[in-house]
Amino acid sequence: MISISEVLETNKMIEQENFDVRTITMGISLLDSADPDVDRMIGKISSKIERCAGDLVRIGDEISAELGIPVVNKRISVTPISLIGGQLRSEADFVRIAEALDTCAANTGVNFIGGFSALVAKGMTPADEMLIRSIPAALSRTERVCSSVNVGSTRQGINMDAVRLMGQVIRETAENTADRDGLGCAKLVVFCNAPDDNPFMAGAFHGVTEPDVVINVGVSGPGVVKAALEECRDADFEELCEMIKRTAFKITRVGQLVAEEAAARLQVPFGIVDLSLAPTPAIGDSVAGILEEIGVEKAGAPGTTAALAMLNDQVKKGGLMASHYVGGLSGAFIPVSEDQGMIEAVEEGALTLEKLEAMTCVCSVGLDMIAIPGDTPAATISGIIADEMALGMINQKTTAVRLIPAIGKTVGDSVEFGGLLGHAPVMPVNRFGCERFVSRGGRIPAPVHSFRN
Amino acid sequence: MEMQRTIITVVGKDAVGIIARVCTCLSENNCNILDISQTITGGYFNMMMVVDLSNSSKQFMEMRKELHDLGEKIGVEIHVQSEEIFNKMHRI
Repeated sequence: MISISEVLETNKMIEQENFDVRTITMGISLLDSADPDVDRMIGKISSKIERCAGDLVRIGDEISAELGIPVVNKRISVTPISLIGGQLRSEADFVRIAEALDTCAANTGVNFIGGFSALVAKGMTPADEMLIRSIPAALSRTERVCSSVNVGSTRQGINMDAVRLMGQVIRETAENTADRDGLGCAKLVVFCNAPDDNPFMAGAFHGVTEPDVVINVGVSGPGVVKAALEECRDADFEELCEMIKRTAFKITRVGQLVAEEAAARLQVPFGIVDLSLAPTPAIGDSVAGILEEIGVEKAGAPGTTAALAMLNDQVKKGGLMASHYVGGLSGAFIPVSEDQGMIEAVEEGALTLEKLEAMTCVCSVGLDMIAIPGDTPAATISGIIADEMALGMINQKTTAVRLIPAIGKTVGDSVEFGGLLGHAPVMPVNRFGCERFVSRGGRIPAPVHSFRN
Repeated sequence: MEMQRTIITVVGKDAVGIIARVCTCLSENNCNILDISQTITGGYFNMMMVVDLSNSSKQFMEMRKELHDLGEKIGVEIHVQSEEIFNKMHRI
């Protein structure tokens, strides 16, 4: 029988350490919704989404009440829209699809819907290019739609034409949503090696390798890990790692339980649990806080990359055994605006863009939720994307870029999104250009897969 | 989910009659108490009950609300949760 101390431990995690299930994300295939007529296509998309996800929010809330753990977000991911938009005729048609997705999200009560996406690691179809060019309009006219573009992979190399285009698209999206501090860019991710089963926004989409409908769950719990580590402040790495593994196991088991329950009640197959440590702006729910607990003065100080590498690996080791299937991004997230400790580290000058880039080599997912000066040229944004994509391509991991050009603002200012998206100080960007590099066009070839030394 | 076994936790400042009030509420709703344990640390009262709600006159969500309201009335926090979350987290 469960003991009182175990019960109190679990409830302390939930009540005092911000432990929650971050998201139940229902993946829905829209491959059966393609149609040459945009109105008919919207009809098919809406009826499929509302039929599959009609009960998602209610059931998520029901499980949350029965188990006594918050299930913070209920979300939907769909097939990358460019794959079903091959017969659409214009960027305006794609914007209409985005608006329809926004309506579906509102009607089903989910807070985000992901999949306004294109997969263009090797090249762009006319539909891919139309979708990408429609992103600035789509994200400025919708609230809940998230967009992602996969521009590179270890197997296919990096599509530099797409990288160049995304630099322009990010700038334009920021300009279109400048009145909201560039909020559109908070819903736009550029990926290398994007996973098909990611439940986390803004990068979630329902990959073509997935079943018709699936339930994926993302857990969280930086606050729980930090609290556990406070109990072994003087311990060596052996003991420290053991504590992280144990904690990750416990957190992930709850994610597995919620995923199983949601799948059973919605009569949809269970896909994966994503083991990521996802911070929130809430005090104490910070990955930077864990790094500081491990022993660096501020996130970004020497030792940070090693501490993060260790943390990330122990979370995986502890979590893997706790879930039947692990997938998605599965690693520690280091978004700046969504993590109070990261924000403070930037404000105090401990954390720079270059250090964040180094940190992305050892954890998921990338340069995330970083505000940059509003006058940063599109080519420089493309250069930053190319660097991050190269890290993912060479290291066979997912990397991503979610930058927010703060239009009309510069270093010393900050942008404010509110809620889970938080606020971010504008960070300095290297002032030297890369125009000639970015304008070359074509592809960076896939790397060798052997001769790893 | 096996909803039969439910964990009720009561946390708050120690006072006379907390257990009595919670037990009365449970018996009025035909809920069987399988186990009770409690500790008092630093003047704070911690109680855990394992309860069988399968013959209860009310649904899980109704009982949850009723006990929550009772807790507010007597100044303690009462949580009602499926045993499953604790089993999953603490048992391999």
